[in-house]
Amino acid sequence: MLVRTKVNGEWMTADVWGGASLLYMLREHLGLPGSKNACEQGECGSCSVWLDGELVCACLVLAAQVHEREVRTVEALATDEGLHPVQEAFVESGAVQCGFCTPGLVVAVADLLTRDPSPTEAAVREALSGNLCRCTGYAKILDAVWAAAGRMREGRR
Amino acid sequence: MSAVRTIRKTRSMIGESIRRVDGVPKVKGQFQFSSDLWAEGMLWGYTLRSPHPSARIRSIDVSKALATPGVAAVLLADDVPGKKTFGLEFADQPVLAWDRVRYAGEAVTILAATDLEAARRAADKIVIDYAILPAVTDMEKSLAPDAPLVHDFGNVLRHIRIVHGDPDARADVWVDGYYETGMQDQAFLGPESGMAIPAEDGGVDLYVATQWLHVDQEQVAPCLGLPKEKVRLYIAGVGGAFGAREDVSMHIHACMLALRTGRPVKMVYGREESFYGHVHRHPSRIWMRHGAKRDGTLVNIYARILIDGGAYASSSAAVIANASTFAAGPYEVPNALIEGTAVYTNNPPCGAMRGFGAVQACFAYEAQMDKLARALSMDPVALRLRNALSTGSVLPTGQVIRGSAPVREVIERCASLPMPVEEPAELRRDPISYPGGAGNVSRGERLRRGVGFAVGYKNIAYSGGFDDSAAARVRLFASPAGPIAEVHSAAAEVGQGIHTILTQIARTELSVEQVVLHPADTHVGSAGSSSASRQTVMSGGAVQLACAAVRDELFERVLRRREAAAKGTLRGELALEDGQILASGEPVGAMEEFLETPIEQTRVYHHRRTQPLDARGQGDIHVMFAFAAQRAVVEVDEELGLVRVVQIATAQDVGRAIHPQNVYGQIEGGTAQGLGLALMEEIQLKDGLIRNASFTDYLIPTILDMPPVVATLVEEPEPGVPFGAKGVGEPSTVVSTAAIVAALRDATGRELNRVPVRPDDLIGLNPPVSSAGAPTSPDVPGPDPIPKYYGLAAGQEHLIGTD
Repeated sequence: MLVRTKVNGEWMTADVWGGASLLYMLREHLGLPGSKNACEQGECGSCSVWLDGELVCACLVLAAQVHEREVRTVEALATDEGLHPVQEAFVESGAVQCGFCTPGLVVAVADLLTRDPSPTEAAVREALSGNLCRCTGYAKILDAVWAAAGRMREGRR
Repeated sequence: MSAVRTIRKTRSMIGESIRRVDGVPKVKGQFQFSSDLWAEGMLWGYTLRSPHPSARIRSIDVSKALATPGVAAVLLADDVPGKKTFGLEFADQPVLAWDRVRYAGEAVTILAATDLEAARRAADKIVIDYAILPAVTDMEKSLAPDAPLVHDFGNVLRHIRIVHGDPDARADVWVDGYYETGMQDQAFLGPESGMAIPAEDGGVDLYVATQWLHVDQEQVAPCLGLPKEKVRLYIAGVGGAFGAREDVSMHIHACMLALRTGRPVKMVYGREESFYGHVHRHPSRIWMRHGAKRDGTLVNIYARILIDGGAYASSSAAVIANASTFAAGPYEVPNALIEGTAVYTNNPPCGAMRGFGAVQACFAYEAQMDKLARALSMDPVALRLRNALSTGSVLPTGQVIRGSAPVREVIERCASLPMPVEEPAELRRDPISYPGGAGNVSRGERLRRGVGFAVGYKNIAYSGGFDDSAAARVRLFASPAGPIAEVHSAAAEVGQGIHTILTQIARTELSVEQVVLHPADTHVGSAGSSSASRQTVMSGGAVQLACAAVRDELFERVLRRREAAAKGTLRGELALEDGQILASGEPVGAMEEFLETPIEQTRVYHHRRTQPLDARGQGDIHVMFAFAAQRAVVEVDEELGLVRVVQIATAQDVGRAIHPQNVYGQIEGGTAQGLGLALMEEIQLKDGLIRNASFTDYLIPTILDMPPVVATLVEEPEPGVPFGAKGVGEPSTVVSTAAIVAALRDATGRELNRVPVRPDDLIGLNPPVSSAGAPTSPDVPGPDPIPKYYGLAAGQEHLIGTD
C-alpha cells in the first residue's frame, strides 16, 4: 500500500506491506535508519520519534497510520549550524557509549525539555523510564539532561 | 637560520576526557550500525530454529518454502560448503543441525528472500519432522550416570581441581553456604546483524557486529570451504556486546546465502531471536566452606562450583577456570580445595558475559565473608582488610601477584565515601522515590534500610597460556593541514571507547594533533577480542609500539638529513613535542619537513606469558588483576518485597585512567548490569525453553532503578603495561551484585542465597534455596577441557601469537 507522509518537513511516499511498522518504513523504505530497532515492542524507546508532535515508539505505529500525517525523527534535530543542544550535551557529558539507545534518548530528552525546561530529577527519571540503555547506567545521561536544559534555557533568553 | 618555533600545544592526550571519536555521528543517528546496512539488490536472510531442546531430525521438507514468491534460497546442513561445525574454542556446534538438535533455538534451516516478511512467511512453510528425545536440562542431573548424553563423549565439559596447601587444615570457626545464580542475558540493544556481499574472486566480504573479527574469520572460512584471505571481515557498528558477540551468530549463515544467491544478504535478529541467538551468563550452583582463626585470619576454604554450559562449549571451559581460580576472593588463604565443573545440558549455550565467571564466585565468597564476620562478631570491612591480597600474595593456584594489587586501598577508599543522607520519615517524599515508586504502590509504610559491602577481582586479558596478542599499524604522513597519524587496528569498538583511547595514545606518542582511525577489518593483524577488559592494555600497547617505531624512523631521517647536509651531529636525544622535533630541548624542525614520504610501521604487542593449570590446579595462569570494592545502600519495602537501591559507593583499581569520564562511565554501566543480576534479570527456563524472550518479560534496569554511583579511582600504575593502565570494564559488574544482596540481607535479616532476589524472597514467601550436598567429582582424563581430549580444538587456538 502507498503511504504519504511528511517526514522531517518533506512529503514522502512509500509502498509498504500493510503490516509494516512506521519504524520499518523509516528504516527500510525511506532511508532513515537513525531510529533504532532494539525490541520492536515498545519497551526500549530506541525508535522514539514525533508523530504530529507527540512522542511515540515508531515500532508500535503502523506505517498505514501515518498516512497524511507528520513525522519528525532524530535526523531532523541537527541543523546546518550544528548539533541540537541535547545532542551537544550527550557528546560532552559522555552519555554515549555504544550509541544504540542514543537517538531515541536524544529525541525523548528534547521532547521533555521542550515541554518542561526545568524538570526535577524525579520528572526526568520518569520521562526517560521508557528508554533502555544497557551501557551507561544512566548517570551520564542525567548529566546530559542537566547540561542540555542549561543550554536550552540560555538559548531562549 | 634561526628556527621560529610556532607552538600549538598538542591536545587530547592521555589522561584527558576528550570527546569520543564516534560521539557526533551517534547522537545524530548517522552512525551506521550493523542493522542499518543496505545494499542495492540485497536479500534478507532468516533462520529457522528448533523448538525442541533435544530431538532427532527425521526429515525436512522445504519445497513449499522454495516455491514461495520472493524466496531466493533455502539451505540445509548439506549445503554447508566446508566444515559442518564451528565454535569459539571447540568446533562442537553444527552450522546447521543435521541428524539431531541439542537445544531449543538451534539453527536448522536458513533462507533468503526479497524482504524480511516474505522470508518469515516462507519459513513457516518449512516442515521439519522431529523425533523428540529425552533432554537433560538440570546441571546436577546432567552428571548422573543415567543422564541423557548431550554429546557422545559425555556431559562433562571441564572439571578443574585446585589443591592449595593442606585442604584438611583446621580452623577455629567455620561457616557453610550454598548459593545459586540465574542465567543472565547480555541484552545488548543492537541485535545480531550484518551483511555478506559475494565478491568477484569467489570469496565474500562480511560486515558484522562482533568483538573479534579475526576469530570470526577463523571460524567462518573453513565452514565456507574458502581460504581465509577470501573471507574478509569488516566491523559494522556494534550496538553493545558484553560478551554476547564473542561467538559466531549469523556470520556463516549470511555468507552461505550470499555465496549461493550471488547477492548481498542482510540478516538482523529480532529481539526474541536474539535471546536464542547468543550465549548467556552461566547459571551456577556453589557450595562453600570457610574456616578462620578467632582473629579473623582465613585458614581454609572449600569451594565447589557447578556451571551450566548448555548444549555447546562456547567459552565455558575458560569461564569455569575463572570462577574456580577466583573462588577464594581477593583474600590470602594458606589452604584451599576448589573444584569447578562445567557441564553440557540441553539448555541454550552459555558463554561470555562481563565478569566471566568472577561474578558468580564473588556473589558466593562475599556472602561467606559476611557470614564469617557475623560468626566472629567482627566488622565485615575489618575482616576483609585483615585478609586482603597485596603484591606478593600467593593465590590458591600458586600464582604470586607481581603487579599492583591495591586491595586495602579500594576497601578503605570505598568505606570512607560519604553515606547518603537518610530522609526523615516524617518528610513526605516524592512517591516515585519509594521502592516500586513508578507503580505508585506505597507511601513507604514499612521501609527498612540496609548497607552491604563487597570486594572482588578479575583478570585482565586472556589467561592460561593463551597469547592473545594485538597488532596495530600506524602511518604518519604530511598533509596541507599538518602531519596526520593514521591508526589501523582491528580492535572492535563495542561502545567501550577503545577507538577514542587509541587516538589519545597515538597523539601522546607522536605529538600530532590529527589522528585518524582506519576502519577495523581483517586487512591488519588480529587485535584479539574486545573482551576480558583487555583492549586498552593490548591494542593500546600495540599502538604505542607502532608509534615508537614510526618515531624511530622519523628520527633516523632527521639524523641522515643532518649528516647529508654536513650540519654536524645533533647532540643529545631527539624528542617530539607539539609537532616539532627537538634535540636536547632545542628545535630541529617541524615534523612535516621530514615526511616527504609517509612512515608506516606495524607492531604486535604481547602480554607476559602465562601457564595453563596443571593437574593440581597450579600455575601462573593470569596476566594481571583489577580490584573493586562497592558499598550498597538499599531500602526494602517489607510488605511488598520491593527494593530501591539508594546509593552505590565504589572504589576501583584502574592502574591509570587514560580517559577518566569513560572510566566512570564503565563503572556506572558495569554496576547497572550487576544490579540487574541482583534484582531482576534472569532468563526463565522451563524444560529447556526460554519463557521470557523479550524486553517485556526480561527486565533490565531503567533510569528509575539506578541509584547515584559515587565512584573513586585508585590509580596505582600496573608495571610493564602501557601507561600503567589496567582494563576497567568488568570489576564493577563483579562486585555490585554481591554488594546489593549483602545490603538486602542487612535490611531483612534473610539469607537470600540466590540471585536475582525476588519480592517473594524478601518477604519470606520463598525459603532460601537449599541443596542436599555438592555433587561428587566427575572422573576426567585431566584438567583440560574435555572436547580437547577428543580432538575438537579449533578457533582461537590458531590465533595464538599471530603477527
